Amino acid sequence: MRARHQRLLLITGALAALALIAFFVFSALNDNMAFFYSPTDVKEGKAPKNKLFRIGGLVETGSLTRQADGVTLSFVVTDTRARINVHYKGILPDLFSEGKGVVTQGRLNDEGIFVAQEVLAKHDENYMPPEAAQALQKAHEKGVGGGTSESAPKPEPALALPPAI
Amino acid sequence: MTPELGHFALILALLVAASTGVLALWGAQKNRAPWIALAKPGALALALLVTFSYLCLTWAFTQNDFSVRYVAEQSNSLLPLVYRVAGVWGGHEGSLLLWLLMLTWWTLLVRLFSRALPETMRARVIGVLCLVAAGFLLFILCTSNPFLRLLPGVPEGRDLNPMLQDPGLVIHPPLLYMGYVGFSVAYAFAVAALMSGKLDAAWARWSRPWTMAAWVFLTLGIAMGSWWAYYELGWGGWWFWDPVENASFMPWLAGTALIHSLAVTEKRGGFKNWTVLLAVSTFSLSLLGTFLVRSGVLTSVHAFASDPSRGIFILAFLVVVIGASLALFVWRAPKVGLGGRFGLFSRESLLLTNNVLLVVATGTVLLGTLYPLIIDALAVGKISVGPPYFNAVFVPIMTPLLFLIGVGPFARWKQASIPEIARLLKWALAVAIIVAIALPFAYGDWTPFVGLGIFAAVWIVLTALLHLIRQARATQGSGSFIASILKQPRHFWGMHLAHIGVAVFVAGVTIVGGYEEEKDVKMAPGDSVSVAGNTFRFLGVRQVKGPNYLAWQGDVELSKNDRFQRRLLPEKRIYHSSAMPMTEAAIDAGILRDVYVSLGEPIDRAHPETEWAMRVYYKPLVDWIWGGCILMALGGLIAMLDRRYRIRRNNPKAVS
Repeated sequence: MRARHQRLLLITGALAALALIAFFVFSALNDNMAFFYSPTDVKEGKAPKNKLFRIGGLVETGSLTRQADGVTLSFVVTDTRARINVHYKGILPDLFSEGKGVVTQGRLNDEGIFVAQEVLAKHDENYMPPEAAQALQKAHEKGVGGGTSESAPKPEPALALPPAI
Repeated sequence: MTPELGHFALILALLVAASTGVLALWGAQKNRAPWIALAKPGALALALLVTFSYLCLTWAFTQNDFSVRYVAEQSNSLLPLVYRVAGVWGGHEGSLLLWLLMLTWWTLLVRLFSRALPETMRARVIGVLCLVAAGFLLFILCTSNPFLRLLPGVPEGRDLNPMLQDPGLVIHPPLLYMGYVGFSVAYAFAVAALMSGKLDAAWARWSRPWTMAAWVFLTLGIAMGSWWAYYELGWGGWWFWDPVENASFMPWLAGTALIHSLAVTEKRGGFKNWTVLLAVSTFSLSLLGTFLVRSGVLTSVHAFASDPSRGIFILAFLVVVIGASLALFVWRAPKVGLGGRFGLFSRESLLLTNNVLLVVATGTVLLGTLYPLIIDALAVGKISVGPPYFNAVFVPIMTPLLFLIGVGPFARWKQASIPEIARLLKWALAVAIIVAIALPFAYGDWTPFVGLGIFAAVWIVLTALLHLIRQARATQGSGSFIASILKQPRHFWGMHLAHIGVAVFVAGVTIVGGYEEEKDVKMAPGDSVSVAGNTFRFLGVRQVKGPNYLAWQGDVELSKNDRFQRRLLPEKRIYHSSAMPMTEAAIDAGILRDVYVSLGEPIDRAHPETEWAMRVYYKPLVDWIWGGCILMALGGLIAMLDRRYRIRRNNPKAVS
């Protein structure tokens, strides 16, 4: 009888603990996941306010500017249909370059500027982040002439290094 | 010609693996001695064939045979020889071949070091391993053959991903794979035991050193990968909760649960079904890791060109492995029976708590890793689950676990007494609390996170020392105390060393998490920047030439309190073959802190010889993170070499 009670107690306790953990884990998951939006989605107001999310697309050629401190940057992410201004303070990943795909995580501020906390590195020069590729694809399907349109920018070399030593 | 020989050897290996596997298992079931006897030569032949095949591929790499497609994709004639040899596992096909190579070696080791095992048991274990090998051989031959020719050949290869051209790459994947694949032995033992219907203490004893060996390799492999990410990816983090990292961390968590649950099965005959399930899960998670990483479902440095057929094959393989073993389990488990009873507070119940917490931790990582894939597959949207989720769930799950590390060794089997343990540990508890309150002020502000971490680390070390002293006194007899300490068995030393490793790791994570400093700044030649009393003076950049790259090398003078320490030379490299830039950080490593400088990008791309955006770091105790992992692995190694695992069944000395 005693052993039985003990086991019952153990099982009830374990189940209660598991339920608590499950609740806790799922709420943590809910609070900390970032949805992905394309620049068009953001322009159409689908993106959340005051919540982290990701955008992806191409870095518009010629849009990268640097403030006097050298590490505050801004650039434009486009899916060829809509353009989003992005601000970022920090050092860009090695494979970031104008005309190439990019994914970045951050929040929209009141002026509609995307303040990035993280700019994600790609892992080789030919690789396009799937999110960015999808954003471009979707914008293309919606018709390139729809919004502010520009033709797909031409890629350019990542970093000017001396031709020879 | 050589690649064709390698290819042919793989085909032969498939035949050997499949036939040995089927015949050995069938023979063991029907008790047919000649079939059982096939297991030993089968394991040897398989290992030789796969090794030969692997050497053929290595040969093609060293000879720059760019008529082999895989070599042309992964290598380049300018690539230094060591990276050509390591480049074999730089891509998908070759890394699978490495996986297979290690599997066949593990199988061979089981054949060589299992003299204590009954003949049929050994045949079963080898048979299961051969079937797993056959599955992988089929996978390689059907979807990922590294020996395929590229005709006509190309004059020059595409080159190894520059990120992988690093000594870390030479070591990280083989260590990790040794761990992943090593759990196949634990799996094979569990399946063999299920087949024989004899899940007993002897089975757990055979299985333990093998499981521990796999765990040691996996620990080192993960630590190595983390260290590599720290210095090679250039941005100073040591763990990113990247899905690929999670893929290796899940089997580690489950494997850690497994080595603890095996202890109960061996000592008390309990948790038998649970141990079997853990062994199956650990290996399944290793396979899932391979699936996630290799299928291209996840995109990262590890995910090579994706091909859906590969993902589907691994998924099918996974279903077969899990499904078959679970079916076997369901069929056999009711006959297994329970182990000895144990009280609500006993070493068994504490180890059970350890297992539950570790399994919950595994589950949360699995959820965070798979959830984005599920959401994507359901076309609900694309999401990412980042480090905040994992940090939020890990701290509360790990805190009780860390506390229990201190209590567990003091608890007796069957029934332990809370008042007795409280009496033994009250001073350790008090000291740990005081240090946790006081020590953080030496670094800066006190935060709950840091206080908790320091408490856990001090608590674990103190309780381990107390237990050591207590155990030595208990077994002292008439000899000296020191001699008694030294005479403690290896599994005892191993356990405490591994637990102290956890403490060192936790201390490192806590201090670096709480007090690291980072600055991103623009630097012109002559400029200085300081973090935590370390001053970096940028003297400018110069061009340097590597074997297959050009680089801008920064010259940075590190000083502390106006005293010159050393020069740091971070680089920004451009590899010839791919024009891909790579950041090489310069790190001044130390026991108490690392300082770290990376070249970001030139402010004006047309004039890279002037100003640069740079990142400087101060990272206190960061090396303790990997030091702790090395201690854990060392502890595992010592425990694995415990004498009782080496007592042989037919030991003539034991008889006489």
